[in-house]
Amino acid sequence: MSQTLFDKIWDRHVVKTFPDGVSLIYIDRHLVHEVTSPQAFEGLRLTNRRVRRPDLTFATMDHNVPTDDRENIKDPISKTQIDQLVENCRQFGITLYDLKSELQGIVHIIGPELGLTLPGTTIVCGDSHTSTHGAFGSLAFGIGTSEVEHVLATQCLPQKRPKTFRVEFSGKTAPRVTAKDLILKLIGNIGTAGGTGYVLEYCGEAVRALSMEARMTMCNMTIEAGARAGLIAPDETTFQYLASGSRPYAPKGKDWDNALKLWKSLPTDEGASYERELVIDASRVAPQITWGTSPGMVLDVTSRVPAPDEVPGYSPKDVEQALKYMGLKPGTPFTEVKVDTVFIGSCTNARIEDLRAAAAVFKGRKVAEGMRVLVVPGSQQVKKQAETEGLDLIFKQAGADWRQSGCSMCLAMNPDQLSPGERCASTSNRNFEGRQGKGGRTHLVSPEMAAACAIAGHFVDIRTWDYEPVHS
Amino acid sequence: MEPINIQRGKIAILDTANVDTDQIIAKQFLKSIKRTGFGEFLFYDWRYLPSGDPDKNFPLNRPEFAGATILVAKNNFGCGSSREHAVWAVQQYGFKVVVAPRRETAGGTIPGFADIFRSNSVKNGLLTVELSEPEADEIFQMVERFPGLEATINLEEQRLVLHLDEEIAFHFDIEASVKNRLMHGLDDIGLSMKEAPAIDAFEARHDVQLRR
Repeated sequence: MSQTLFDKIWDRHVVKTFPDGVSLIYIDRHLVHEVTSPQAFEGLRLTNRRVRRPDLTFATMDHNVPTDDRENIKDPISKTQIDQLVENCRQFGITLYDLKSELQGIVHIIGPELGLTLPGTTIVCGDSHTSTHGAFGSLAFGIGTSEVEHVLATQCLPQKRPKTFRVEFSGKTAPRVTAKDLILKLIGNIGTAGGTGYVLEYCGEAVRALSMEARMTMCNMTIEAGARAGLIAPDETTFQYLASGSRPYAPKGKDWDNALKLWKSLPTDEGASYERELVIDASRVAPQITWGTSPGMVLDVTSRVPAPDEVPGYSPKDVEQALKYMGLKPGTPFTEVKVDTVFIGSCTNARIEDLRAAAAVFKGRKVAEGMRVLVVPGSQQVKKQAETEGLDLIFKQAGADWRQSGCSMCLAMNPDQLSPGERCASTSNRNFEGRQGKGGRTHLVSPEMAAACAIAGHFVDIRTWDYEPVHS
Repeated sequence: MEPINIQRGKIAILDTANVDTDQIIAKQFLKSIKRTGFGEFLFYDWRYLPSGDPDKNFPLNRPEFAGATILVAKNNFGCGSSREHAVWAVQQYGFKVVVAPRRETAGGTIPGFADIFRSNSVKNGLLTVELSEPEADEIFQMVERFPGLEATINLEEQRLVLHLDEEIAFHFDIEASVKNRLMHGLDDIGLSMKEAPAIDAFEARHDVQLRR
């Protein structure tokens, strides 16, 4: 029978299916970070349970780490949480990439870097952006702390089989329209709950043309459409990524040959069916900008701030509240909206290609007067690579802050925060109220859009700018 | 986990869709390494003014909702981050049940609850009840007319009853597996650990593709 990519991965991981339709699914990789794991380890201690497969469990610290001085963590509660992860990993025998490690970084950035993320595997992490790993054709989804404990104890999770949703991006994207714009366009189209209960599979000419890093950006924001997991079928782009770099955990030699056979068998069979399908013409997608307090409140950068009754999928009351919070007046062109801070970072857009895209815009230019700009690499490896390429100098010469890796201002658990009323162009994934700091106003955009905003002081249509790419 | 079946209590209403987990429990409260102490921080940025005083305009601060154990909100409740702290905060504030409507739109049905929030709720014995939009609207209207209105949720019968002079009852659907787990307070991890022989057998034939 014809199967989808999802069907093939799911079927490979069913340990057992119970009479009530719930299946016990085997987990190939469990990624752990400091914020959602302490209560899970405590649960193990209270019940005298061990970690079943410490060799399949990998930890790092990213959410609340400082991005300036990592030696002295000033917030004692953050420090306790970080120290607790060190202790838990020691006690249960789990590999940890801590702040001293050259391999530390945002958990969803180091997984692929290390070769932990492979096609056809199942990956979970106590973080909703685990969907990122789906870019490799890996079934990857975020879980809560009870489920973290469950996977630690059993390496399995009871799951109801989700439905499948095929999202095709047809045609070629215009220059400077990125994976971020494509995924924001989708979220604007189906809403922040449009994917609830589904696994999304992204396909089509525009997806095939994306680099691995761009595919990660696309899958990363799948959860913002309500779906726990997004998938992209592995292809030559995937295999080349896995064969490049050091990728210590990726298969080599004969193992590689065997793995490749499996990986090539994963793409959806002809004639396989999905519960839902949607086609978006990628050639007509413009750079996107969110204007409200939900990722579905998004429009083309060439548009204007909408009126409360002009937004499909949201009640006028909720739109009014969002506009009030964001301090925006209906009818204002987005390109006239002034910005105070620019954040380039997060598991959505802090890989090397994102930094190159931003650096190309910054090169030879200065940030607008009074503009605060944070560039936070997604991992220490990304940081090192950027410094090798001289990108850090481009950022610094433009007047931006160049930081150590971490989640930083994406969720502002560390000291990188917005003040009340401060407006930010951000390459991150959520524009919820207070997400980047109480009262802070977040607009989600691509790295090149964020960089241009830092220079101009207001939003711009990046397609109208004159600049050359930087080369690696 | 405590088994749950019949819950009677006062209703509080929150007329907002897409309530995200950043609102339910803000990031500054996620640094705890414990499972307790989150209730007082529920909806913190909405409940309190910058001065630290309670915001009288926020529904949960209305005196008639004090002691409520049933929260009724709008569609896509709990979207956003996977933080289970959101469920802990809702429970530790005192809520036993959250009710949210699915919403029918031209583009399809918007569920009452986001996926991860709903699964986290099951693990903690927080009952999430999805109604139709007209049913939820009726609750909103009745609570506005009769503040302090109580309801009973009967999980076994899958019924929600509003205690008006003339009772109004709604039926709700729930997955059989979820109902069973909640009604018996089953320990999910314990159940999976009983499958150790099946897991052992699976591991013996499965390639996790990890280079050692």
